[in-house]
Amino acid sequence: MLISTLQFDTSFFWHELFGPSSAFLGGLWRTVYISIIAQLLAVVIGLLVALARRSTLRILRGVAGAYVWVLRGTPLLVQLVIVYDGLAATDIYRFQDVTVLGVTILASVQAAILTLALNESAYMSEIIRAGLAAVDVGQNEAALSVGMTPTQAMRYVVVPQAMRFVIPPLGNDFNAMMKSTSVLSVIGVPELFLITQEISSSTFHTFEIFMDAALYYLALTTIWAFVQTWLEAKIDRSWGIERAQRSWWASIRERFQDPKTLGIGRRA
Amino acid sequence: MALSNSFEESSTIGDAGLIVHAHDIHKSFGSLEVLKGVSLDVVRGEVVVLIGPSGSGKTTFLRCINHFEKPDVGFVQVNGHLIGSKLDRGGQRVDASAREVATQRAEIGFVFQHFNLFPNRTAMENVMLGPIKVQKMSKEKARTLALAQLEKVGLSSKADRYPAQLSGGQKQRVAIARSLAMSPALMLFDEPTSALDPEVIGEVLTVIRDLANEGMTMVIVSHEIGFAREVADRVAMFDDGQIVEIGTPQQLFDTPSQARTKSFLSKVL
Ligand SMILES: Nc1ncnc2c1ncn2[C@@H]1O[C@H](COP(=O)(O)OP(=O)(O)OP(=O)(O)O)[C@@H](O)[C@H]1O
Ligand SMILES: [Mg+2]
Repeated sequence: MLISTLQFDTSFFWHELFGPSSAFLGGLWRTVYISIIAQLLAVVIGLLVALARRSTLRILRGVAGAYVWVLRGTPLLVQLVIVYDGLAATDIYRFQDVTVLGVTILASVQAAILTLALNESAYMSEIIRAGLAAVDVGQNEAALSVGMTPTQAMRYVVVPQAMRFVIPPLGNDFNAMMKSTSVLSVIGVPELFLITQEISSSTFHTFEIFMDAALYYLALTTIWAFVQTWLEAKIDRSWGIERAQRSWWASIRERFQDPKTLGIGRRA
Repeated sequence: MALSNSFEESSTIGDAGLIVHAHDIHKSFGSLEVLKGVSLDVVRGEVVVLIGPSGSGKTTFLRCINHFEKPDVGFVQVNGHLIGSKLDRGGQRVDASAREVATQRAEIGFVFQHFNLFPNRTAMENVMLGPIKVQKMSKEKARTLALAQLEKVGLSSKADRYPAQLSGGQKQRVAIARSLAMSPALMLFDEPTSALDPEVIGEVLTVIRDLANEGMTMVIVSHEIGFAREVADRVAMFDDGQIVEIGTPQQLFDTPSQARTKSFLSKVL
């Protein structure tokens, strides 16, 4: 028994890689949609926080600043436990499974999406703030000069241009987001990591199944790198800027190997 | 050309003939007093060119006219509207809301030294944006209008180009078309040609000259003395936050009365 599990079970490895169990696929799917929804929410909340930090109202600036300070200054893992277990333990709020249009969203998944979105929104607000600051003040003045209100100038001129500066760091954060979903296992979200752990403890094929999981994570981040490269080129084209023709392979390799874009040590 | 509009009789505030009435404008940035009491009246159809050394306050004055800067003392009226202010029920002057300021600015075109075209929009879209968002014009109507304005500056063939694909002179002409699309009562130009290569300055000046001939009211900061001589009804010499001399181009360029005007002209001519 012991001897056999010490060996790498090649057929198990290939079998789970190319014909993964439905449990494994379910975990993968949860990882994907939790990441996407949390990131989208984070962009929206982050934009609001970034605008609040530019507000002329001091209180608003202060609240937004404190929000970013707290969320960036505490570990995601701790935030997760506070939101899911802490709120329930003190009877403040208990997440319940909800069923919408025949689809059940687990209580732990709701807590996970909320926490990831809040945590990431603090980083997004800083990214968006830098993006807004990178848009030349002359753009805002040009918008005002044709009679736009400051709100219209922000919405139709400044924010769309800030996107060009926001997409590259946002992409790196989303890469990190997909990987950090693995910590959701502590509150029992059946995502890729937790499912892998369960398969591992029931089959004892720890090495094989975690290698499979690693390859799936790698596939996700690689697909995203392609999407991001395409998105950046698309935005450049919409500014009438043609990128120097570089092979897609070179740009993907760069994205994974440049230490600045890896987001190392940023997250819990 | 427009001074014949019986300027003397019509100098009361809000008179239809008076487009700009700037009164005793003072403006400081911190402890630096940049404008020290500038007054200027511009009648409909008149072209006033502002000249003067760097740092004398020309840009700041222009920016006070459309309320990019708020004067510390004094006020500006454009087309009868008190810029940046309104009268409350008791007849007191109070700050206008952001929306009210925007409405006032819509009838004042501003052309920037560095064009400030929206880089993520085509020439056509640059011109269409104001009419669509501010005047709530339909897209089709805005497109027709934008094309007409681009035609006017000689760029209808470049309607679908992005700013990055245009030369400096073309960018500035698109910027002028963008302002004109709002049918302004007044156009302000802040050194519209000083960021341009010499060979394309002419095409921008031609557009401005055409506007002058059509009777557009304009205040232009420019160091192009030859151009000023040709299009200006009056030239105002700024120095150290004040208008030190104002008159027809002939008076100011040929027989300046102030020593500061003479020494400035000797440097730029
Ligand atoms: N927003 C600001 N904050 C602080 N100082 C300013 C600001 N805007 C202008 N100034 C200062 O006010 C002075 C007058 O500037 P202004 O731009 O009006 O001069 P100008 O006559 O247009 O000069 P130039 O020919 O160089 O454009 C300068 O000393 C400038 O540094
Ligand atoms: Mg200036």
